[in-house]
Order: sequence, then structure tokens, then C-alpha cells
Amino acid sequence: MRARVALAAFALAVLAVPLLGREYYTILMLSFFAYGVALLGVNLLLGYTGLLSFGHALFIGLGAYAAAFLTGKFGVLHMEAILLAAAGGAVLVAAPVGALCVRYVKIYFGMLTLAFGMLFYSFLLKFYHLTGGDEGMRVLQPFLLGFDLSQTPKVKFLTGPYYYYSAAVLFVATFAMWRIVASPFGLCLRSIRENPVKAESLGIGVARYRWWAFLISAAYAAVGGALLGPTVGQVDPGLTYWTQSGNLVFMTLLGGFANFFGPLLGAFVFIYLQDAVMSVVPYWRLIFGAILAALVIFVPGGLMGLVTGRGARPGIKAGRERAQ
Amino acid sequence: MILQARDLRKYYGEFCALDGVSLGVNAGEFVSVIGPNGAGKSTLINVLTGILAPSAGRVLFRERDITGIGPVRLARLGMARSFQLVSVFPELTVLEVLKVAVISRLGRGMRLFASLARDRRVTREALEVAELFLLAEHRNTPARQLPQGDKKLLDVASAFALHPQIILLDEPTSGVSTRDKNTVMQILVSASRRIGIQAIIQVEHDMDIVFGYSDRIIALHQGRILAEGAPEAIRANEDVVDMVIGRKDRAPIKRNPSPRRGEGEGERVAPGTC
Repeated sequence: MRARVALAAFALAVLAVPLLGREYYTILMLSFFAYGVALLGVNLLLGYTGLLSFGHALFIGLGAYAAAFLTGKFGVLHMEAILLAAAGGAVLVAAPVGALCVRYVKIYFGMLTLAFGMLFYSFLLKFYHLTGGDEGMRVLQPFLLGFDLSQTPKVKFLTGPYYYYSAAVLFVATFAMWRIVASPFGLCLRSIRENPVKAESLGIGVARYRWWAFLISAAYAAVGGALLGPTVGQVDPGLTYWTQSGNLVFMTLLGGFANFFGPLLGAFVFIYLQDAVMSVVPYWRLIFGAILAALVIFVPGGLMGLVTGRGARPGIKAGRERAQ
Repeated sequence: MILQARDLRKYYGEFCALDGVSLGVNAGEFVSVIGPNGAGKSTLINVLTGILAPSAGRVLFRERDITGIGPVRLARLGMARSFQLVSVFPELTVLEVLKVAVISRLGRGMRLFASLARDRRVTREALEVAELFLLAEHRNTPARQLPQGDKKLLDVASAFALHPQIILLDEPTSGVSTRDKNTVMQILVSASRRIGIQAIIQVEHDMDIVFGYSDRIIALHQGRILAEGAPEAIRANEDVVDMVIGRKDRAPIKRNPSPRRGEGEGERVAPGTC
């Protein structure tokens, strides 16, 4: 009940942000919406399936470049088409990549996804004529729900229609993911996270389920990336650099992967904290590194773990005891 | 014949864990596999359940070759197993653990957007199994919080929830207190009748349990079948008594089992599995 009230309050607050008239913070929220969608996907893998991907920036990049290609080169300006294409493209790429990666677990899975991420990064960087190399590509202002908003000034577009559009996409994505984790499929994923050998003995095809989770997760990341495109206006290979994948993991840990809403909270706090720290000191990574270390040691359950009072998921503690 | 093994061999490098084992299990049978440590019991179970591929030999399930087809397809065909070291899903509740098995059996695992909470059939069938195994009152308890004996029951119960035709139990009462062993076995037998499981194969160290419940006993020694037969015949077999059962356990069956026969295997629970 309290959780529902908190959620409703948060949703209302989100809707009210543009009304405050602080354009800068309103536009920061757009990053939150985009990363929020991507993190729902990341956490389906990490929190529910027990697979830590270090390469999900690949799919964010894929989505963002899909927006750039479609608007800039093909004249497809409908945002709905862009989101669908991003998700579809991600599934196409994730199908073979995932088929290979899900055969490995733990650090091997992480390293493989990292390798594919860096491969994509190099591709974007080197195929200059196609991707614009390190200069990247422009993303034109898209149509929303069929409305041509190309005459609207950019800031007005971002803090107005695009803000609510992105919020709606995050809402729909959250609802769909909520359904997925509460489905029979979701329970099977959790059983695989807990004990893959036992899951197999109960007839759950572990590799197949992991592969599906990987596809869904990739599609989510790409939709997040596509949402990010119009916000930044210019996409470049930096979006897919491995530190971006690291940020995704950071956000997830910050919010707490044991809780469905943890990663969303993590994305929110990360984005505003990063902004605040960056405006004070140039070496924000140093500070974030310290925060991350403190987090893992003292609050392994993340911020959501603090809020719900559940602390670490006991599985983590058990893992630590086992390691000792 | 439900399950048949033909001349199974399994080598680990130079070491020969199974050296030509053949056996058959009929519908309605409760078969126990006994043997000292290193006799090849666990290897046999793992080969029969497809976790290990044999170096040579074949396994047939209802006349169908199932050698090395893997646990997932075996579970679908109707063969289930439980593990020697308790194997559950620690963070899932008792009911959720059982639901995984029911979902798997009903083939509903790929329902991505269906509500599990509203799936009455899955819930009902998981609860039925929980009740058979006296776990219903713990249904919302995470598996990791259960007492050791209940964890063991849950492991077995989840295999039963697959409604298999045959079930292989790797030391179903290991880690269970001596006092509770018979309770566990009675639950097991009555549950298998209720569910309609046609045959049970168990690996067991506790001779009271072995002689008390088996229709047939297979004694393994150094990867070979030393003797096979009804409990009375096995008890009368001098070789088996010498090499497997031990003299101390030979006398009156109804008493507490002797202190462990130098194995300690039964009580061991790996930290990673529970």
C-alpha cells in the first residue's frame, strides 16, 4: 500500500516537473526516462536471470543510431516507427550475440558482452562514411504520434511534448516489464538465477530462457537508446563505449537490483548526482568510484534496499560467506 | 520395462567408475542401489538421468534411447530426479519452487505476459504437492529458511510435481535426522501412489530404509553389480554383507542405524547448494 502511494506520488511529481519551468532539470529528466527503460532491460538479466552484462551500451547505441539513421538518412520521422525499428534491430543483433553469450555465465558472460560492445564501438568509429565516425550523426526532431513538430523550437519540444512522450514510453515499458517478471516466464528466470542445474532437472531449458531474456533486455536497451537520440540531438560512438555499460551497471547497483523499481531509482539518482558533482568538481568519476565502493560494502541492497529496509538480498550475503 | 541400462561404462581418465552395469526397472517397482563410497552409485544416477554421458552403453526409457539426451528432455519424457546435496531455489518460496515444476510440466514457461498469480491451475497443482509433502503451511517461506529436513523434502517434492513416470532419488534421507527418516519415506511412498509414479530408484546408505522399502536391491561394488535381488536374498549374500552392508548392520533390522559406516557422506551438505 505504501509502495503504491509512493509510486503514485512519484508519477505525479514526474508529470509536474515541466511546470516548474526549470528547463535544464526538465531535460535531465529525459535522460532518466531513456536510461530507465534501458535499465528495466538490464535488470531483467541481472536481477531476475542472474546474468551481468557489461555490453548493454551496444544496444543503447544501436537504438540511438537507429534514430539518427531513420531521421537523417531515410526521412522516417515518426517516433513510433523509430522505437519499433530500434527494438527490432536490437532483437536481430541480440539473437546471434545472445545465442553465443548465454552459453557462458558469470565473468565469462560479462566479458563476452563487453567484447561485443567494444566491437560495435569500433565499428561506429571506423566506418566513417556510414556512421560519421567520432563526429557521430545528427538526430532530427521526430514526429510524435503523427504530429509534425519540426517547427517547434528544440527546448520547447523537449520540455513539452517530448517530455510527456518519453514519460509515457517509460510508463508503458515499466508496465510491460512488470507483467513479464510476474509471469510464469519470470518465475522460470528467477529459478535459473537461483540454481540452473536444478532448473534443468525440472525441465526448464536454461539456455533458451536466458536467450529470450537477453532478447527482451536488448530490445529495452535499444528503445531507451532511441529515446535518448532526440534528447542529445547528436549521437556519437561514445554512447557505446564500455564506460557507458559500466554506468548502466552502476545505476542498477545504486538503486538495488533485488527490487523491481531499484534500477529506476538508481538511474534517477545517478543522473542528478552526476550533474551535481560535475558542476562542482571536474573529476566526478573519482567521487563516483568512492560511492560505488561504499555502496557495495555497506549497502549491497542499494538505495531501494535502504528504503524498503530489506538491505541486501540474502543471496548476496550468502555469496560473500561462500567466498570466504 | 520402464527403464533399462545396457552395459554402461564410465571412465574418468584412467579411473573406471562404471564397469559394465546393466539393469532394468519395471512398473511398480521400488529399487534401491547400495554400495560403499566410490562404488559408482552417483555416477550411475547421473548417467541414468542424462547429466553425464556414459563412455559406452545405452540407457533406454520405455524402449527409447535416452543416452545423454540431457535433463531437460528427460524431464519432459517423464523421468525426474532429486539430488544428494539439497538442491532448491533458495530465494523462492516453497510454493514458487513447486510452481516452477508445474509450469514446466504444463509447458507454460514461455507465457511472457500471463499473470502467474491468476493462474489457478498452476497454483492448485503446486499446493496439492505441497500438501502431500506436508509443506503447505510453509508455502510462503523462502526455501533457504526451511529446516534441513524440509529442504530435502522440497527438493524431492519439486521432482514429484513433474508427475514423472519414474523418479530417481539420490539419497532422499541424507541430512534428515534418524528420527524423521521413516516419516520422509512414508511421505514419499504415499505421494508417489497419489501422483501415479510408476517406479522409484533410490541410492541410499541407510540400510533400515533400504531393506524396509525396497522391492529389489542392487549392490554396486567398484563399478560392477555385485548382487541383485529381493531384500532377503541380499541380506543373505555374504559378499554384500562383507563389502557393502558391514557386519554391524546385519543383525536386527529395526533399530537405530549404527554410527556412520565411515562415510560421513550422508550428512554432508555443500554450502553452495542450500
